Amino acid sequence: MEYFAQQVINGLQLGFVYALIALGYTMVYGIVRLINFAHGDVFMVGAFIGLYTIERLQFPLPVVFLSAIIGCTILAVLIEQLAYRPLRHAPKIASLITAIGVSLFLEYFTSLRQVFGPNFYSFPRPFTVVGWEVRGIQVTNIQLVILAVTLVCLLMLQFIVYRTKMGRAMRAVSYDYVTAGLMGVNVNMVISFTFGVGAALAGVGGVLYGIAYPQVNTFMGFMPGLKAFTAAVLGGIGNIPGAVLGALIMGQSETMVSAYLSSTYRDGIAFVILILVLLWKPTGILGTRRSEKV
Amino acid sequence: MTNPLRNLGRILSAYVLLAAGITLLQATGLANPYWIQILELACIVAISAQGLNIIYGYTGLFSLGHAAFYGIGAYTSAYLMKMYGGQSQAAFFLALLAGGGVAAAVAYLIGLPTLRLTSDYLGIATLGFGIIMKVVFDNADTFLPELGGARGMTGIAKMSTVPWVIFFLLASLLIVRNTIYSSYGRAILSIREDEIAAEMMGIDTFRYKMVGFVIGCAFAGVAGGLYAHLYTFLHPSNFDFFKSIDILVIVVLGGLGNMSGTLVASFGWIFLLEGLRVVLPPGYVELRWVLIPVLLIVTMLLRPQGLFGTREFPYLRGRLYR
Amino acid sequence: MTLEIRGLTKYFGGIRAVDGVDLRIAEGELVGLIGTNGSGKTTVFNLLTGFYQPDAGSITFGEKSLVGVSPHRINRLGIARTFQNVRLFRNLTVMDNVRIAHHFYREYGPLSALFRTGRYYRGEKKLQEKVEDYLSIFSLQSRINEVAGNLPYGDQRKLEIARALASEPKVLLLDEPAAGMNSFEVRRLMEFILEIRDRFKISILLIEHQMRLVMGICERLAVMDFGQVIARGRPEEIRENRKVIEAYLGEDVPFE
Repeated sequence: MEYFAQQVINGLQLGFVYALIALGYTMVYGIVRLINFAHGDVFMVGAFIGLYTIERLQFPLPVVFLSAIIGCTILAVLIEQLAYRPLRHAPKIASLITAIGVSLFLEYFTSLRQVFGPNFYSFPRPFTVVGWEVRGIQVTNIQLVILAVTLVCLLMLQFIVYRTKMGRAMRAVSYDYVTAGLMGVNVNMVISFTFGVGAALAGVGGVLYGIAYPQVNTFMGFMPGLKAFTAAVLGGIGNIPGAVLGALIMGQSETMVSAYLSSTYRDGIAFVILILVLLWKPTGILGTRRSEKV
Repeated sequence: MTNPLRNLGRILSAYVLLAAGITLLQATGLANPYWIQILELACIVAISAQGLNIIYGYTGLFSLGHAAFYGIGAYTSAYLMKMYGGQSQAAFFLALLAGGGVAAAVAYLIGLPTLRLTSDYLGIATLGFGIIMKVVFDNADTFLPELGGARGMTGIAKMSTVPWVIFFLLASLLIVRNTIYSSYGRAILSIREDEIAAEMMGIDTFRYKMVGFVIGCAFAGVAGGLYAHLYTFLHPSNFDFFKSIDILVIVVLGGLGNMSGTLVASFGWIFLLEGLRVVLPPGYVELRWVLIPVLLIVTMLLRPQGLFGTREFPYLRGRLYR
Repeated sequence: MTLEIRGLTKYFGGIRAVDGVDLRIAEGELVGLIGTNGSGKTTVFNLLTGFYQPDAGSITFGEKSLVGVSPHRINRLGIARTFQNVRLFRNLTVMDNVRIAHHFYREYGPLSALFRTGRYYRGEKKLQEKVEDYLSIFSLQSRINEVAGNLPYGDQRKLEIARALASEPKVLLLDEPAAGMNSFEVRRLMEFILEIRDRFKISILLIEHQMRLVMGICERLAVMDFGQVIARGRPEEIRENRKVIEAYLGEDVPFE
């Protein structure tokens, strides 16, 4: 029983990190209908910024998060303006292929010796790990940090999207960007802002991931990115709570399968769940059907 | 009206010319065997890409799991040949068809539930299927040890000679061309253009979506079989999401729904990859993967409709059309 | 064959888009369906063609119920339509657009197509001739190889009607065919519609806002408001009908 509860905790840990990445996917999709393949690599950059600022610059943890946020936001906004914005009126597939190109570029460029290098690097622990045992279950302060930081981020996101003018603008653009523009919304700025917020979350996620699973490598963003995107679809793409829900489900199922079956199946199970959910609810768990008018 | 016999004659002579010509180059040692193998790989990739062209370019179904069907065909035909076929040419032909057939059957089963999903969701479902198949390939040795699982499958006979590869390439082009320029092909195109209007004009859209998907996956299956018997070694990492992306990139770069573009892009992609490997100085070979994405991004920014857009080579254009 | 709707009802959430509608179109009739915006007219079309399933009521064509039948089957049974916002196959040619609607009547099989037999060539020739025939009604033959998306708007609307005709319907549903047309084009359209009705012996149900067209060619009208049919009758009767006037202009208009 303790084993099971332990796995639940582990699953939550993974799930929250996935959630931070999934939110970026779901927000960007909601606003420009683009699957931003490069998002997982922004997450990776966040982890590397964390690595650098903790190990070389010895920044305190809050500043580490801030650096990751700033770095990733700048990167994402640059990508958006250089690679995605010119294609906004081109067929969607062109943007998708470009996103794939950006993703590959980020992965391979950073793997060059002159940049981050192709190796696996060990991520330093910015604080001493303290563990407690609660009724036979191990909980570490790492998990508490992840939980706390993720909750703070979610609350801030909730605030931004539902209580600010920019948030209202984001929601308007996601419904109908043409009309939103005609109503005086600066659509370009809203889109860039959305990319930025998503990237900021991914950056935080990258640092947290590094702390929890202390090995980083320039290709580390690929699989988590894919899973986080799947999580967003699972919960209903474009739906913010859905992304979190989907991510928690993904994290949990992956951990459980790894613990009880075999870790070789871990990558597959999440997708089995996805397909089952899509068969039952084609627009995801919390997704709404955008009905087509004839 | 053209004489169908004269057409047949033209096709056969093209085949003989290509197959015999290249084999001659190969046999006399005039052509580097390494590059002949690359040429064969390009043809195989072109067959698989035509499959995705049917699925995505013509039917409009966003499939991100194409490599999985490539793998299904590869493992099926490799297993059949290894177990029962030996070195027989006839057995090889049957094994390839079996590979395509199994891929088609799996596509049908997968299609039944998923083809009802809208585009982006279909993409993600096929992506998921692709990942699941990779996991299956990794663990295949638990139920069929000869398949090798994560260690890879060895002992495959090198049956994919130039004549076979050219044959299937020409056959695939012919099938696509003759199907597309017919009422059946147009029914498929109408789904891509406007599924609701097509349905209301009497087109059974579900059936034709299935047709497009199954045929496209069958192409991938046959191509996979040819691949297995060219490199004689199979590993699950050959059939992962990256491979599905490769094929998608080829089809989009060439021009969606364009046979000529898909053909040229397949050759271009393979030769570019290999060419860069040769051209770049030894320590910098991995630079390919930095240059290629840049090329990709630039191409999309400058020409989002793909290199060929909608223009086809003369023979691949329908006669009754503009 | 008679197309008969009884008690047709469709809800969207709490809204009754179509509320207990009865309608009957006998063979060869030209009926107009008019009403204010949002009164449910296009929803009736969508229900008739199988795009929506009704929440209550029946739709029968001849003796056959159309409820639960898929749209492509309904088309093959003899009901074709055009759309309020033109839905052509934009990247395909004019010829392709019309040919596709005639797919069900092709005279060759997939193997003939694959091996390019004589049957294929004959079948294609027949299709081409049929298409030219339909296009000639609307004087569109000269545009046969043009890409549909490049056509001027009026021609696109005409093409949509030609395409619907190519599916050999017994009942043609036209959704605002005159939208965006000037008075000259409207007059031509009226002639086209009458010609189609007479030549192909089909019934036509027409949604339209342009009163000149409606009053000019419809034998009977049904007027909808808020999902219900509020009046029926001949055009002259409807013109004088108090409820209709109130629906369009509001209740405080003095009745002359």
